[in-house]
Amino acid sequence: MAAFLAVLQRDLRLAMRRGFDLLQPLFFAVLVCLLTTLAVGPEPPLLARIAAAIVWLAVVLAILLALDSLFRPDADDGSLEQLMTAPAALPALVLAKVMAFWLTAALPLILATPLFAIMLHLPTQQLPLLLLTLLLATPTLAWIGAACAALTVHAHRSGMLLALLLLPLAAPVLILAMGCLDAAGQDLPVRAPLLLLAAGLVAATTLGPFVCATALRLGQR
Amino acid sequence: MSPVQPASGAGNVDANAKGNATDNGGHDPASATDAVCTRGPPTAPSARPPLLRVRGLAFGYDDEPLLDNVDLDLEAGRGSILCGANGSGKSTLLRLLAGLVRPDEGLIERAQDSRDEPLPAAWLGHALGLKTGLTVGESLHFACRLHGADQRMGPSQALTSVALSGYEQVPVRELSAGQRKRVALARLLLVDAPIWLLDEPYANLDPDGCLLVDRLIDRHLRSGGTLALSVHRSDQAGFAGPRQLVMLDRLAESS
Repeated sequence: MAAFLAVLQRDLRLAMRRGFDLLQPLFFAVLVCLLTTLAVGPEPPLLARIAAAIVWLAVVLAILLALDSLFRPDADDGSLEQLMTAPAALPALVLAKVMAFWLTAALPLILATPLFAIMLHLPTQQLPLLLLTLLLATPTLAWIGAACAALTVHAHRSGMLLALLLLPLAAPVLILAMGCLDAAGQDLPVRAPLLLLAAGLVAATTLGPFVCATALRLGQR
Repeated sequence: MSPVQPASGAGNVDANAKGNATDNGGHDPASATDAVCTRGPPTAPSARPPLLRVRGLAFGYDDEPLLDNVDLDLEAGRGSILCGANGSGKSTLLRLLAGLVRPDEGLIERAQDSRDEPLPAAWLGHALGLKTGLTVGESLHFACRLHGADQRMGPSQALTSVALSGYEQVPVRELSAGQRKRVALARLLLVDAPIWLLDEPYANLDPDGCLLVDRLIDRHLRSGGTLALSVHRSDQAGFAGPRQLVMLDRLAESS
């Protein structure tokens, strides 16, 4: 437990000290939304229809870009070896790292979502549900991404490889979240897709630490 | 592999073998570098089991064998020096001992502490594992918490031991390579693990730094710890305590 808190605290402190790195995913998502409005043109009804989808894509891509900083700096400077040789359980340490990652990469995106919503003319009544799907699904995305990042941590130029691994795996999450928003738009019940997203969150958070720890050990040669 | 496999990666070492590698015949004279010698005061009869025991260890990268049938004991109060050419598997053997890599075959066993947990080991690799964004004090404090060390020695005391007193507030990024190595050595003192696994501890250090490493190692051995370290030349390791020299020879060349 002490080791878990130590890793969490260290990663949060490091993220805070690199303020610009922290803001990069946020700026990226803002730019995606901005470019979309420019590409679609001044058609608020069309924008409003696709707004939720654009926000979701921007968030997925921003998380993907941030993932490279999850394990790679630790692998490069030897910190990962220190974590792996410490007497603490590696899955607990991975849990701390991914929690810190979610807090510093995904949470700012969720907090900025109202801004994206205004940029994209998202119907106001959709915003709470959009935020809820993001809150439920971004940890799942973070865990899927962490497993992929752990597998590719020792590969050279793994950015594209990471995208090719992560995006297909992110598809079910995206489909469920959009299904949820679609159902709400047609006044259908959203309970089932929301529960499925929550189940995904529980499963990912339970299995994720062990999957990532195994992947990191496989990468050690 | 048959037991007569010559130059099998590492010598077969026993506490009381008095430096004679057991020769199973079939050794060609060229592989005499495989010999193993112990030096220093004779160790007591092995009343206590070794802190770390390796039996029949085999490991290779992608079907290319690197280590084969390695037996090694790390005993309390004795240091093991792994010596060999580049690519002979020194670092790999250390990584295996640290549990960073799984062996293909064989047994790596650590003695248990009073709580029936395997003894912790402290690892010092080529990459020191220091975050440039943290200060020296924060790095050491993090290591203590990560290892659950009971803080017998405070970070400032550990820094004094490596001649870096007063550096707590200095960011790691402002330190030279040698100073970073000293911080990593201070971390070794703090985490208080009985097994030290050091990959090239003398690299990047000035003569004073090398003496410092020797002093820390001697203190560690006297307090009942054990260690394995890798060096390019066996005379690099200048610590005074009892030692065993393990020559590693590249398997592919010797067979």
